[in-house]
Amino acid sequence: FRRGLPVLSLLLWLCAVYFVGIYLFVGGFLLVRLEVNRTSTCGDVLHPGEEPGDFCRAQPRFRRAVVLIIDALKIDFARFDPSNTAPRPYENKLPVLEENVSSKPLQSRLYPFRADPPTTTMQRIKGFTTGSLPTFVDVGNNFASSAILEDNLIHQFGQMGKRVVFMGDDTWESLFPKKFYRSLPFPSFNVKDLHTVDNGILQHLYTTMVGDDWDILVAHFLGVDHCGHRYGPDHPAMADKLTQMDGVIRSVIDRLQNDTLLVVMGDHGMTDTGDHGGESQKETDAALFLYSPSPIFQAPLSQNEPDVVPQTDLVPTLALLLGTPIPYSSVGQVLLPLFSPHQQTEGAVGGLSQLEALWINAKQVNRFLETYSSMAKDIPPESLSQLKEEFARLSAEYFTSVKEGRSPSPHLASSLQAYLTSVRDTCRATWARFNPLKMAAGLAILASACLMCFVMSELSLLLLRENASGLKAPVAVALTVGVCAGAAQLLTRGYIEAAWCLAACAFGSEIPFFWRACRLKTPAVSKNGAKPLKLSRWLTPRHLLVPPLVVPLLRCASLLSDSYVIAEGRVVTFLVLSLVLYIPIHLNWNDLLLPQSLDPLKSAGLLPSPILSPSTVRKESNTLLACFGVLIGIMYLSLSFHGCREEQGFCQPSPFLSPLSRLQDSQVKNLYYILSVISLGICTYLLRHCLCHYGNLNSSSGTVFTAHWILPLLSVCLALHWAVSATPEDSFRKLAELIRMAQLALPRAAFCLLGLGLGLIWLDPVTVFVKSRTSASSRSSALPLPRYRASTGISPQAELRHLIPQIYQRMRRSLDPGELSGGTEADNRPTVEAYGLGTVYSAPVLLFCGMLGIGLLLLHPEGMALSFLLLLLEMGALLHIHASSTTLSGMHGAQSGDFNVPWTTVVVWSLAVTQFFHATGHLPTFPSIQWGAAFVGFPDGHTGTILPALLVTLNTFASHILFAVSCPLLLFWPLVRGSRSGEEGEDAVMEMRLRENPQQFSSALLQLSTRYLFILGAQVFSSVCAAAILRRHLMVWKVFAPKLMFEALGFLVSSTSLLIGVTLVLRVDMAVGRWFKRLIPDASR
Amino acid sequence: MWDHEIRAMASAHAVIAASVFVATVAPAVFVPGFSVYGAHLLWICSVSGAVTAVSVAVFWLLGVSPPTKKHTLGYKLSRLFRSCLYVLLSCLFFHAVVVLYGAPLIESALETFSLAVLLTCLTTLRCLCVLGPNVQAWIRVFSRHGAMSVWDTCLQITVACTLVGAWVGAFPIPLDWDRPWQVWPVSCSLGAMIGYLTGLVAAPAWIHYHRKQLTYKCK
Repeated sequence: FRRGLPVLSLLLWLCAVYFVGIYLFVGGFLLVRLEVNRTSTCGDVLHPGEEPGDFCRAQPRFRRAVVLIIDALKIDFARFDPSNTAPRPYENKLPVLEENVSSKPLQSRLYPFRADPPTTTMQRIKGFTTGSLPTFVDVGNNFASSAILEDNLIHQFGQMGKRVVFMGDDTWESLFPKKFYRSLPFPSFNVKDLHTVDNGILQHLYTTMVGDDWDILVAHFLGVDHCGHRYGPDHPAMADKLTQMDGVIRSVIDRLQNDTLLVVMGDHGMTDTGDHGGESQKETDAALFLYSPSPIFQAPLSQNEPDVVPQTDLVPTLALLLGTPIPYSSVGQVLLPLFSPHQQTEGAVGGLSQLEALWINAKQVNRFLETYSSMAKDIPPESLSQLKEEFARLSAEYFTSVKEGRSPSPHLASSLQAYLTSVRDTCRATWARFNPLKMAAGLAILASACLMCFVMSELSLLLLRENASGLKAPVAVALTVGVCAGAAQLLTRGYIEAAWCLAACAFGSEIPFFWRACRLKTPAVSKNGAKPLKLSRWLTPRHLLVPPLVVPLLRCASLLSDSYVIAEGRVVTFLVLSLVLYIPIHLNWNDLLLPQSLDPLKSAGLLPSPILSPSTVRKESNTLLACFGVLIGIMYLSLSFHGCREEQGFCQPSPFLSPLSRLQDSQVKNLYYILSVISLGICTYLLRHCLCHYGNLNSSSGTVFTAHWILPLLSVCLALHWAVSATPEDSFRKLAELIRMAQLALPRAAFCLLGLGLGLIWLDPVTVFVKSRTSASSRSSALPLPRYRASTGISPQAELRHLIPQIYQRMRRSLDPGELSGGTEADNRPTVEAYGLGTVYSAPVLLFCGMLGIGLLLLHPEGMALSFLLLLLEMGALLHIHASSTTLSGMHGAQSGDFNVPWTTVVVWSLAVTQFFHATGHLPTFPSIQWGAAFVGFPDGHTGTILPALLVTLNTFASHILFAVSCPLLLFWPLVRGSRSGEEGEDAVMEMRLRENPQQFSSALLQLSTRYLFILGAQVFSSVCAAAILRRHLMVWKVFAPKLMFEALGFLVSSTSLLIGVTLVLRVDMAVGRWFKRLIPDASR
Repeated sequence: MWDHEIRAMASAHAVIAASVFVATVAPAVFVPGFSVYGAHLLWICSVSGAVTAVSVAVFWLLGVSPPTKKHTLGYKLSRLFRSCLYVLLSCLFFHAVVVLYGAPLIESALETFSLAVLLTCLTTLRCLCVLGPNVQAWIRVFSRHGAMSVWDTCLQITVACTLVGAWVGAFPIPLDWDRPWQVWPVSCSLGAMIGYLTGLVAAPAWIHYHRKQLTYKCK
């Protein structure tokens, strides 16, 4: 095992560096906020002062309100400049606002209305109803649905018995399901459609207003926003749209009654190109227009008017004006000009004074802050304690002034305002701001990790040859640098942020590695002389334009475009197909695909004489082309298992994606069931057949037991489970109890079997069956050397085909080179026959992977069995293509002991991961996560969160796991298959060649893993780049950020599985070594 | 070394390119409302027809095709028949490949097939003209040492350019720009055509600049 340790530790270190990079970036990019699921009630908003009366029963300032939301109503659209004689299409189109503000200064006001990023409509609706600062990930109870669970205005209105009527953008309907008294949603999806939503609203708006069955009327117009997306603001269509809105506001004002407040607002602005989502001022500054038929403002435009109204401030203002409690999580501050500066006389209609409003507001914000800081620790403690002290001081001051009955000082009001502002700023700093420094550090670490991967894969042999202790220096440096960084933070800031220490560690460990790599390169060149690793030579277009490099580049580039991410499944299939197509074309280009003898003109001596005989070449190329045909067939079929994103308009999700229990037609159900079971059976049969073919089913080890009994049993369990879960609930009433039990027991039994099987494979992986032939030895003693056979089957034909002569001597040499004593001893040795020795490495890996595949299938809908069969077949076809092309290009024939896996194969293998991620019905979006997987075997739900999260992760990243675990097969398969072509006995040693060259073996393993990690890491890096560069893109929260999370999680799962696969191989290696040690004393006796 | 042949090739390519141009412009005169995007199938038909006719004529006049052993009418007829068969098979082959690459199977089969016809006219037909109906020779040509004349090298370059052009032409399809040339199969056929024209220009130029390095074993 000592041999494997450097490989494993290098890989671990590499993965750790990647993880640190991802962690840093995600920490700076994805802002996480906990949702506080408490609601305010009338009881807890006590009027300050003596009277303990119910807050809600007091007469509010307004009874009703009309809220017109004009999506993307930028402040520039709302301003009116009479001196502007040549207005642009979006200027001076809403004169109604200016007219009202100038003619009725006590009734109306226009403010710039600043939204918080992300300026997307859904986040904004959340923002101005909850009064909070929504982030991308609002961790709440309902990850699956989008409904707002936090306390919000709509909920409070409902609590108060106000009838909320809604019309417009159907996003509201999904955010506030069943909260509206009446709701007229219109589809918001089609950005090209400027008029459907607006016209739909206008059909109902005025009739509703005239009627009397509403208290709050919310109308959300989408036309302006869609016009911006489609044409941009500087277009005549925008002028038409704004003019229409002008008319709407006029008509609404005409129909207002005295007790009604009108709010006209934009939820966000837009850039000059009409997009939004980011944080530039053009996107954040919308317009807010307040109007009431009766005077509400105390003074006409006094000097202490706010310049800009933050969007959160609308929430407490509206709540207090309409007499409802402020939503629990609001961090807004009341708009003072709307409240009277002095204490009102009792009973007067007018509601609260400025100070009272501020006080209620401050109390609510303080309560929220206390609750939040007890739940989450992301607000810096020092600012938190400062805020608490401030509130304590202010409340003491307020109470004394109320008790003494004197009019409070204006100073108190401004202090309260300052307190509220600082709370909001603290929260915003915690939740609503990217951390560019962290993002940049994460990017840098990821980039250097990718580079490190590449360097390691190129220098794998040298690295392993020279360093037994090579990792000590990086680890030591990393620890020192990490501790130093921690200490520096402690000194300068007083507390330690773990992320930065980790970053320092990662950077620190990379430096000694690169330094060593640079030094390693020089002797390599001088020693071989043949392969100078010069960068300038690599950068010629001839080297850069080879498909194995172009395809991953295209793949990475495609992650930067939202359209390509949306169409990812097809894009990846296209790329994989192109790269697979390149393999035979490339072989043909090098004259390797067809036997040379076919072309008599060719044997003129220009080419080196062919290494392989023509019949071998013909056989191999036939295999290759047949597998190729199978492969492209599989790829085409795999396209029919895709799910659909909501952005893909005319897409029908695959019928195999829905569980059988949802199907109505029993005939279709039976058909699907039979199909699934057949493909499950084929999977199982193929696995066993493959093992049997290479003679790995003869011994009595744990692995063989697994293949013989546990694998079929697992399949039977799975098939029964499907049958049980597909039965309709009401068809077998008598058996209901039994069915329920089976639903519980069968999957659990399958889990247990899976665990047992995998454990057995792990514990006893050697599948070699030894047959000592003492009787035969007398016959064969005449031979000069003892014979040692690694047969693959019991049948004599198989023996002949896979005869391994003379391997014993080599084995001895590799095990203990000193002890090689010569021929005298050798004559007495019995001939030993070992079945399945040639595939001793690949058999356990194959079985492990197969078992895992069937186990993961358990977590998927039944129809996915077909897709898993395709996955298995594609793996097999790829392995065969790889083996054939390796044989054809003579890589293993020419120089023994060079087990490199070429880039092309690794790239195809790693892209197939994404292909089957989609072909197993997954999509990189949150709504498409298959939550059903969490309830397989646990139909009544869970108590904890770890187990369901694990099950869902296993379900989502099934293809990542399978491809990563089976990655080492790429190394073994050419050896397994190579033996068949080599009739001359020298070549027929199959995987035993790996034991002959242990150095090359571990270096090839390291190279393969690092190449695989490199391709995956490059994909993560480019999706990270996409998120960083396009963080203001319209689609960032819909496309790029989910894609980043899926890619990062996928990398995590992939690298873990890869480590498991590599460890399994090393475990097998160790077991084989032990097996030989046991055998040799036996044999030499 | 092969100045004469390069000149012949350049002029032949000029004629073919001109025919493509004419085939694009001519329908606009005769068919009202013709545009490359709007009446795309018509464009493909006219261009394919023109390229077919002109290449066959040009290569026949130049006498590039390998010399036939027999000159009997029956043999010639069988060659002609085999050529037609190969063209048909190649259309089906390209259709299958395009479908495997992700084109819709049933919905726009006509569009897909017309793209296959175009690709056949641009690649297979040239193979037929240069090498005759001999699949083994076709496969042989596309290897490092397979070219046995300037025309073979030229064939390699044009065919590769055409296919790469069609492949690159598929890239803009998923983008959400809503342009008329993103409609299936406009971008692919345009890509193939642009690739083909590039190949027509690039082949003589490349051969001219590498004429010192090029060695052919025998003709």
